[in-house]
Amino acid sequence: MSENLGTFIKNVCHKYKKDKTRLMDIACEVQEQFGCVSGKAMDLIAGEISIHRVEVENLVSFYAFLSKEPKGKIVIRLCNDIIDELNGAEEVAKAFSEELGIKVGQTTADGKITLEYTPCIGMCDQAPAAMVNDVIVTNLNSDKARKIAHSIKKHGDPSKLSAPLGDGNNANELVLSMVNNNIRQKGEVIFARHEQGAGLTKALSLSPVEVIRDIKTARLRGRGGAGFPTGMKWEFARQATGTNRYVICNADEGEPGTFKDRVILTECPDLMFEGMTIAGYAIGSETGILYLRGEYAYLRAFLEKILSNRRKNGMLGKDVGGKKGFNFDIRIQMGAGAYICGEETALISSCEGLRGDPKTRPPFPAQKGYLASPTTVNNVETFCCVARILDKGAPWFTEIGSQGSPSTKLLSVSGDCKKPGVYEVPFGIKVSDLLKMVGAEDTAAVQVGGPSGQMIGPADFKRTICYDDLATGGSIMIFNSTRDVLRIASKFMEFFVEESCGYCTPCRTGNVLLKERLDRIIAGKGEPSDLDYLQELGESVKVSSRCGMGQTSPNPVLSTLKNFRGQYEKLTKRSKDGLMQSFDIKAAIADAEAIAGRPSEKFSLNS
Amino acid sequence: MSDNITFTIDGVEVKARHGETIIEAADRAGIYIPRLCYMKDLIPHGSCRVCTVMVNGRPQAACTQPVVQGIVVENNTPAMQKHRRNLIDMLFVEGNHFCMFCEKSGNCELQAMAYRFGIPAPKYPYMFPDKDIDASHPDIFIDRNRCILCGRCVSASRDVDGKTAFEFAGRGPHKKIAVNAEANLGDTNAEASDKAMSVCPVGALMKKRIGFAVPIGSRKYDTKPIGSEIESSTRK
Ligand SMILES: Cc1cc2nc3c(=O)[nH]c(=O)nc-3n(C[C@H](O)[C@H](O)[C@H](O)COP(=O)(O)O)c2cc1C
Ligand code: SF4
Ligand code: FES
Ligand code: FES
Repeated sequence: MSENLGTFIKNVCHKYKKDKTRLMDIACEVQEQFGCVSGKAMDLIAGEISIHRVEVENLVSFYAFLSKEPKGKIVIRLCNDIIDELNGAEEVAKAFSEELGIKVGQTTADGKITLEYTPCIGMCDQAPAAMVNDVIVTNLNSDKARKIAHSIKKHGDPSKLSAPLGDGNNANELVLSMVNNNIRQKGEVIFARHEQGAGLTKALSLSPVEVIRDIKTARLRGRGGAGFPTGMKWEFARQATGTNRYVICNADEGEPGTFKDRVILTECPDLMFEGMTIAGYAIGSETGILYLRGEYAYLRAFLEKILSNRRKNGMLGKDVGGKKGFNFDIRIQMGAGAYICGEETALISSCEGLRGDPKTRPPFPAQKGYLASPTTVNNVETFCCVARILDKGAPWFTEIGSQGSPSTKLLSVSGDCKKPGVYEVPFGIKVSDLLKMVGAEDTAAVQVGGPSGQMIGPADFKRTICYDDLATGGSIMIFNSTRDVLRIASKFMEFFVEESCGYCTPCRTGNVLLKERLDRIIAGKGEPSDLDYLQELGESVKVSSRCGMGQTSPNPVLSTLKNFRGQYEKLTKRSKDGLMQSFDIKAAIADAEAIAGRPSEKFSLNS
Repeated sequence: MSDNITFTIDGVEVKARHGETIIEAADRAGIYIPRLCYMKDLIPHGSCRVCTVMVNGRPQAACTQPVVQGIVVENNTPAMQKHRRNLIDMLFVEGNHFCMFCEKSGNCELQAMAYRFGIPAPKYPYMFPDKDIDASHPDIFIDRNRCILCGRCVSASRDVDGKTAFEFAGRGPHKKIAVNAEANLGDTNAEASDKAMSVCPVGALMKKRIGFAVPIGSRKYDTKPIGSEIESSTRK
């Protein structure tokens, strides 16, 4: 085994040319082969690629899919996000747990199967869902869970779990997944019929500066959530000094409730790669990277095949599309379970073979990004828009949507509605119209933009979805009147506590404190003054956090405090005796008695 | 290089050089911006966030934010001081800090900062996390109960000592300082004479056998508040 480990690591490091910036890939391969990256493995890897062992540990200890302690050959990861929970994830966990004879978080005695929880895996439209290694299983219930556990114990082969196959390319021989696309509404931009390659051909007939001009005229804003003007970003990257330049496509899609990029990756990957190639041409780059979240590893072989087809057809490689001197190729970088890696500078760190810590800004990626070179990071959907703008022209693009937010947006709709799935809608759509479209009834709350966005109530349903009103990277979660919004907020805070990179004080600790006080209120032990406490704490975390995560992580608390204040007030009535609700005198006496080793003379626990 | 950039901090005009950070320019001007992770001559880590100031109305870390001509910086305002107090409180409750029997007391920047802000006790609930102590090295030890994850030792060991004896491991609330060995500091090449051993702001990374050599009462912050060394420097 240990000799085996040595040879394996030697070979893997050799495969990546002993390049320390590929540590992510090296660690992932070791994890897959041996179920862990042990201390011994860390020593060996460090030796091969000439870094310090603690730097390997620094990376391995960061990603949820990597571990120093051994895990089973099969790892079952149950999505325990709120949408799954509302659809019975707890029953599913119980079934797995009973059938395997282990608790969540444990590995079977024979060391073969590990069962754990994971945050949103991008399958909320078919929740509850889980990953069995790379294989996705959806629409689970306890019966299905038992069957899966049973058959995995028997044959140990996750690939046998995929029947029946999903629609579209999910049934492709390189995907073979039970995932369904659930495309509910096609619009004119992303899901419309289009001539493949038309955008790139047009781009190559223009100068790079003209391409950027067209993107600017189309007023394209980033689809990843922040809405930064794409043309401006590209111009910065083009004008920054550097010998190399890079184009990175952000397919980390980690914001809970977002799964529209999954569908683009499955159904329109060529359009996305075409957009990346256009970006390469526009900013003067030869290298693109698709950062694919670990949860979407089931799409990797398929995407690799698309890339190799594009190379064969001259759409990647040397003299792309027949354009002399324009060389561009794309590689796929796998993530390994870290929401923060969707943040563009953390994503760049990850591509560089580092833990996913965000970087200090300035410098911004467009000035000094991947390997300190000018880099543009854009969302999957943004690149698709790019290809369509070049094909159909900027005026066509701006005809749809609203003034500040031209064109369409893909929304991933999940939760309490009849038709969860992906909707391509024009920007500016009213929340109430969307609710009608998706078959939502008795809606009490809508989470727009995922946990980092806003929780709104009926008073806000007349508002519109666009950059200037309710912005979203795509996540729309719907909750009916039987749901408890404070519990949902608490679940979101749990997500942020687990996903904080831990770099800066407010996000590392402030989120824990926000959750503590929110849970205290939910338990009926809060005080009226706790509302101000939460408000001030939330504001401090927002103001002082280092990156977009901490700057938005208090939103579940702050937006429910604003829009659902009544729920808080109901739970925080002042107690009649004036004592702090959270102070449990009986528990305190019991503690004191345990320490003293004798019963209290003054107080009786029974009184 | 000449001081050809001017900007204001709380209305006071400050001159700065191109490429300087706000905190560097403020220090030279004798204006104290509270800070914990920043240390002169090390690469700014930007993690404690205590130095957060408003720059043209947007929050930025003064230790990493470069000066720009004409910016308006708000430092000593009630709002910023409130956020800082909250951050200091967070640092206290996320660790286990028992100043009354800590050898660093009086020389501790965290303790001194709390005194400067008039914090008698944190307002947040203590988390009492489980943290460990590594005393395996003959001359130095790590007490992770007191670590505030400032990154100074990581940077000093890597960038000054050329050893990379320290790095971070884990993420979120589980983030901790790790050593370049399976588990023990004693198995690394760290030495008491390393730069890394003289940078810890708190009592987390300490030399052995010097305990209480300087009596309590005569220590750095026993007589003067933290920051006074900057505020007393002559204004330009
Ligand atoms: C915590 C955090 C997570 C993020 N996750 C994603 C993501 O999964 N996908 C994405 O495209 N952008 C994500 N972003 C936004 C990116 O930082 C970046 O703005 C975006 O990829 C830029 O592309 P765009 O301009 O095309 O939207 C995230 C930001 C933060 C702060
Ligand atoms: S806000 Fe701070 S701790 Fe949170 S993810 Fe960003 S850098 Fe990390
Ligand atoms: S896949 Fe479970 S909430 Fe998204
Ligand atoms: S001193 Fe600037 S972030 Fe710590």
